[in-house]
Amino acid sequence: MSAHAPALTDDHAHDHGHHHKETFITKYIFSQDHKMISKQYLITGLIMGFIGIAMSLLFRMQLAWPGESFPVFEAVLGKWAPDGVMDADIYLALVTIHGTIMVFFVLTAGLSGTFSNLLIPLQIGARDMASGFLNMISYWLFFISSVVMVISLFVEAGPAAAGWTIYPPLSALPMAQPGSGMGMTLWLVSMTIFIASSLLGSLNYIVTVLNLRTKGMSMTRLPLTIWAFFVTAVIGVISFPVLLSAGLLLLMDRSFGTSFFLSDIFIQGEVLHYQGGSPVLYEHLFWFLGHPEVYIVILPAMGIVSEVMAVGARKPIFGYRAMIASILAIAFLSTIVWGHHMFISGMNPFLGSVFTFTTLLIAIPSGVKAFNWITTLWKGNLQLNAGMLFSIGMVSTFITGGLTGIILGDSTLDINVHDTYFVVAHFHLVMGISALYGLFAGVYHWFPKMFQGRMMNKNLGYVHFWITAVGSYGIFFPMHFVGMAGVPRRYYQNTAFPMFDELVDIQELMTVFALITAAAQLIFVYNFVRSIFYGKRGPQNPWNATTLEWTTPQKHIHGNWPGAIPEVHRWCYDYSKVDENGEYIIPGQDFVPQHIPLQEGEEDYEH
Amino acid sequence: MTALLTISVLVLVAIAIWQMTKIFELSQLHAKKSDRGEVATDEDNKNNGILMFAFLVFIYVLTIFSFWKYGKFILPEAASAHGDTYDTLLLWSFVVIFVTQTITQFLLHYFAYKYRGKEGKKALFYADNDRLEFIWTIIPVIVLAGLILWGLFTWTDIMDVNEEDDPLIVELYAQQYNWTARYGGEDNVLGGANVRMIDINRANVLGLDESDPNATDDVIVKELHLPVGRKVNFKMRAQDVLHSAYMPHFRAQMNCVPGMITEFSFTPTITTAEMRLKPEIIDKVARTNALRAERAAAGETENIDPWEFDFILLCNKICGRSHYNMQMKIIVETQEEYEAWIAEQQTFGQTMAMNE
Ligand code: HEM
Ligand SMILES: [Cu+2]
Ligand SMILES: [Cu+2]
Repeated sequence: MSAHAPALTDDHAHDHGHHHKETFITKYIFSQDHKMISKQYLITGLIMGFIGIAMSLLFRMQLAWPGESFPVFEAVLGKWAPDGVMDADIYLALVTIHGTIMVFFVLTAGLSGTFSNLLIPLQIGARDMASGFLNMISYWLFFISSVVMVISLFVEAGPAAAGWTIYPPLSALPMAQPGSGMGMTLWLVSMTIFIASSLLGSLNYIVTVLNLRTKGMSMTRLPLTIWAFFVTAVIGVISFPVLLSAGLLLLMDRSFGTSFFLSDIFIQGEVLHYQGGSPVLYEHLFWFLGHPEVYIVILPAMGIVSEVMAVGARKPIFGYRAMIASILAIAFLSTIVWGHHMFISGMNPFLGSVFTFTTLLIAIPSGVKAFNWITTLWKGNLQLNAGMLFSIGMVSTFITGGLTGIILGDSTLDINVHDTYFVVAHFHLVMGISALYGLFAGVYHWFPKMFQGRMMNKNLGYVHFWITAVGSYGIFFPMHFVGMAGVPRRYYQNTAFPMFDELVDIQELMTVFALITAAAQLIFVYNFVRSIFYGKRGPQNPWNATTLEWTTPQKHIHGNWPGAIPEVHRWCYDYSKVDENGEYIIPGQDFVPQHIPLQEGEEDYEH
Repeated sequence: MTALLTISVLVLVAIAIWQMTKIFELSQLHAKKSDRGEVATDEDNKNNGILMFAFLVFIYVLTIFSFWKYGKFILPEAASAHGDTYDTLLLWSFVVIFVTQTITQFLLHYFAYKYRGKEGKKALFYADNDRLEFIWTIIPVIVLAGLILWGLFTWTDIMDVNEEDDPLIVELYAQQYNWTARYGGEDNVLGGANVRMIDINRANVLGLDESDPNATDDVIVKELHLPVGRKVNFKMRAQDVLHSAYMPHFRAQMNCVPGMITEFSFTPTITTAEMRLKPEIIDKVARTNALRAERAAAGETENIDPWEFDFILLCNKICGRSHYNMQMKIIVETQEEYEAWIAEQQTFGQTMAMNE
């Protein structure tokens, strides 16, 4: 079922190569070239990440040294930190915006947007995305939504502060908290634009993967990166519209007095007119997106890790088909587990049982993936570049974080740990840190492809990895114990309960690790920016990879390949493949690129 | 303390940067020898492979350290009937998790160390093995099936709120930022209520239906007293935004949702007085009070009074600026103590009569 690149696209490439004069604006700003758009996504995502992580440092300092006065608080938070002491409302706002930015702006747009754009056309052998124009619109909508989100930080009454899940009635009633006024409106506007951006992007990825694969590139020859991006896009298209409807209904409850999510409310001395709505309905709608969302975040990271790990191990990824099957299984199951966020929301306990069942099922394909990665390392010839280290690190944090999911997914056990720091520890490891590692692995690995052959400094990469690896465990491992002690999340300080007094030691330890780890990210920023301009140029295929992107010239051209698009003759994991005599297929070279025809007597992996 | 920590952070960061520049310089030298540019050399593979092994040790040490140092912070023995089952299930789930964690992290990092790359070494082309994949699919299936079944039976048990065994009926009423409890009174039946009937001026703060005879003997209080050994059926209400009634010592939690009544039920098994005599609680109180004394000695004015253990109800669903301080004391006592206490409380009827 391999699709053929129509002759038309070839002509198109020649056109662009020679006739059009590109201006600064069409080349760098309103570019329709997927490679440029990918860089735009990456840089916007990194800037948002900087803001999100900086926020987490502020509230981590408040948690470790509650009520303490810090000059930085006053400097950054202004009126929200009188005399340098953080205010309780702004604490919640910081947590909310931190969560929103990290999940949506950094790890959805920044990760999936960057690498889907960069790799889909390059790895399937296409001149560009199916629609360069929609692709450009998608980026600019993302940009606008980022700007709106950042603007919301500056409104008079403060930004949204109802948690990243913005459960009504808290998020619906401006009198319930200051952040539920203008700040919440902007949050909703920003997310609406974000969803539009994400849908345009996803549709484009799906169409491109289905229609523009080069000759010979059957679905079962696709690199796992593409499978992951493809399935991610499908889940996005299925679930984001549901969040949009939740957001619109919430907007109507807020602005037009409807009662979708509200009923029987008495606040600030008066009864409100709302009747018959239910906050639980909102929770269903939110988590119908919310849970698939965590897979939207982690699947691209899994794809990247699979690819980088095979290249780094000089071995095929173990169990290629099982990997695809598990991506599909995870994608399917991810749409029917949302209720595990709602075991004690007041919904019927029988539903809780069903969701426990589906949730623990999803552990199985996740486990298969972890085992397959570990086996991929076995008897490899591991080239420990920074990208490879982050890939191994990702498997480690994914396992550590994933295992505690067994506790949280069990409705019984969730009763006592729901909404405590145990949950915060769990999702940071399994989703936050793991996906960030995937992002870093991708950046180190494909930097030469993005920046015309320049490479990032490897030693700075090593330092970045090791500090981050130690620091991440240092922050989030002890955090489980805070949760097991019963500390609820979204608490401005824990001083109101003497039973939490003795936890202040752990809090300080975690904050110190957070500060160090965040500082280590500056090494990455430095390395990234410096390498863009002064990075050493490596060979065309620096990691000796088999996939098509490394057959394009280092210098970016519109249409990707100067001549015809290469044809594909084999799957993409022919690393260290040998003939009957134990010699490499291509003498002296431990890999066979996808565009090299099968040699005499050689069998393809997929028969 | 703070200053010390801040300084230590700065020092650590400084050391990190200094180390970094050193590594950087060293690497420049190496880079000249073997010209692989920014691609890992055998030397890099060796160093990072060894670090991978060291990292495995780090994970193990961090785990052991955390248990040794922080293990005692974990919630004490459950004080409710279903709490024991909960704790046993939790323990076994943790056993499964720790075994898996220890083995998989070992394999991952050990392989990363053992198979670090060397020039000229050949990796094994090993793409598939159906048997192996079957094994590691089926083992989790079996283990998880066990945990799921166990969990589901327990869950169905816990969530079955029924009227058997003459339960005490208590309403937990949540509002920004405090809790109120209401008892059914003599008849153990809660009077009808809705926020639309709230009348602050007449002190009808929970919106009870004044014409409902069941409401007259209801008792409204700000401290939750429970007789030990008697099942309690809680009915939760919220008046403004979502809250969550979290009673960690009883392994109990349920959200409070405006517009609906949610339920949870448990039987307290240990009184507050008994709990205070448990060695782990005595230790915890001693540790906490030592900290408090330290603070007092340092001239601080807040959170310095000695603490005595109490069960507590916390709000565990973000509800606004004082979410972090929305609590109510829970006192579990003997039947006699409970009866003496409830007899002293004013009924709703009496309160209303006083307001006439
Ligand atoms: C330096 C790294 C980070 C630190 C120290 C950190 C710390 C925290 C802490 C302590 C909370 C809980 C605050 C509370 O409940 O009171 C939190 C919330 C959260 N974090 Fe992070 N975080 C970091 C990175 C990330 C990353 C990479 C993600 C990406 C998924 C992320 C996503 C979230 C989310 C979704 C929440 C929940 C927000 C909410 O409760 O509404 N964080 N973070
Ligand atoms: Cu979920
Ligand atoms: Cu509350």
